[in-house]
Amino acid sequence: MAALDGHKKIEKNATLLLALSFAVVTVGGVVEIAPLFYLDNTIEEVEGVRPYSPLELAGREIYVREGCYVCHSQMIRPMRDEVERYGHYSLAAESMYDHPFQWGSKRTGPDLARVGGRYSDEWHVDHLTDPQSVVPESVMPAYGYFSDRVIDPEHIGDLMSTHRLVGVPYTDEMIEQAQYDFVQQATDFGDDAVAERYPGAQIRDFDGNPAVTEMDAMIAYLQMLGTLVDFSTFTPDESR
Amino acid sequence: MTEEKHPEEQKLQEGDPDTTGHSWDGIKEFNNPLPRWWLWTFYATIVWALIYTVLYPAWPLVSTSTAGILGYSTRGEVAEDISSFEAMNAPVRAEIEEVELAAINPDDNPDLYNYAQQGGEALFMTWCSQCHGSGAAGVQASGYPNLLDDDWLWGGSLDEIHYTISHGIRNEDDLDARYSEMTAFDEILTDEEIDSVVQYVRSISDQEHDSTLASAGEEVFLNNCASCHMDDGTGDRFLGAPNLTDAIWLYGGDVASIEETVRYSRFGVMPPWSAEASDAGRLSEAEVRSLAVYVHSLGGGE
Repeated sequence: MAALDGHKKIEKNATLLLALSFAVVTVGGVVEIAPLFYLDNTIEEVEGVRPYSPLELAGREIYVREGCYVCHSQMIRPMRDEVERYGHYSLAAESMYDHPFQWGSKRTGPDLARVGGRYSDEWHVDHLTDPQSVVPESVMPAYGYFSDRVIDPEHIGDLMSTHRLVGVPYTDEMIEQAQYDFVQQATDFGDDAVAERYPGAQIRDFDGNPAVTEMDAMIAYLQMLGTLVDFSTFTPDESR
Repeated sequence: MTEEKHPEEQKLQEGDPDTTGHSWDGIKEFNNPLPRWWLWTFYATIVWALIYTVLYPAWPLVSTSTAGILGYSTRGEVAEDISSFEAMNAPVRAEIEEVELAAINPDDNPDLYNYAQQGGEALFMTWCSQCHGSGAAGVQASGYPNLLDDDWLWGGSLDEIHYTISHGIRNEDDLDARYSEMTAFDEILTDEEIDSVVQYVRSISDQEHDSTLASAGEEVFLNNCASCHMDDGTGDRFLGAPNLTDAIWLYGGDVASIEETVRYSRFGVMPPWSAEASDAGRLSEAEVRSLAVYVHSLGGGE
């Protein structure tokens, strides 16, 4: 019983037990987690997915700040009923530039993964200002103060640099032009350079107020959600 | 060979199991074996886990992982699920597209009508309820029309409803969208003229009004409004000009709402829904037809 006697040594030495336990857990972790970072069938590159534009990113920050993820998921599961209601099931690549991702875990309100383009800007303003005015049975709180808060884009470039630090491929040009893009995207007939840097970006005054408010940022974000991938040309690989 | 037991391993009482031999401050531990059934179940789960990794996708390899001999795929499963329902629905949908719209009624084609009406309701909840409300009563404050009443801006027959759903209203995505634009009279009429025409509109809709102002407003109305809303104010569906003589208001019939409309006009937009009519459309012809049948059935259908 030499092996068991050796075991006694581990059991009686707390530090050794900790070190060896950690080694065992590490092996398990490496085997289960590490392959997800290199296997072809867990990584899927999808055409059309791009980093958020400065205005959309600001809207996303507001989304996180207000805790929208507590009641809204952004994750259409691969099931027929969800696909019929919300559209094509979500792809992992669609949240590859989300830090942190907004998949959520509970739906008090509907899923928002493909809410982009489903409502008009005016509807969003009405709904965020007074949700019950358009959806009487809604329990969503009102966010009318978005309209009163003008955003100063001074730090938007810093925010993008931080996202670059964790892997979002913002170029130097994008960060240099961040403040300009931020204002242009929220302007009717704004500079098309924004759409060149961020293909598919929608450029207009989202809330009808010339100042760039939190309402503009929020609606810009909502209106692009789930719109980047062209599903008419996307063929799902069944091994994923 | 006899072996004298260590005092700590000695049994406390006759019939007790052996102890483990561990002793902490004189406290000892019986070495009871695990129940057999539990042990065998445990071994079985280990064996099943190994079988499972062969049947389903599991083991990571160099560039991909094993696919499993059952060929299971989440994406494949949902695609199969969707296509099996598509196949089941295909004949009914084809029939809905083929027959005359008017033939989809409860008397001639009860089954087809039920399918279209109920399918239309599901589509309405998904695509239309956001603005028109889940009960289709609309939202007056935002000018989303009530679809339950007998008042129609552009026509309430099946064909007219079908056209409206297909092409939408005042949108930029479909050249065939219904289109009209009321003049904003803020800088055209004087404040007095606006006040009087508002009172005149109140008078023809049988609401409380100032009769002196209203009679002065009649001329303003005939000169500026009657070309679309007609001399008697009953509107013109060809132009989407609402009937102003009834009690149903798109944006509200109080003085403030009417004045807002006269001064700054209104410009309600509805998107096109037919994928055939416009790139922005999201619904098939069968779905648009089902929706038309549903909306027509809500109470106001003509």
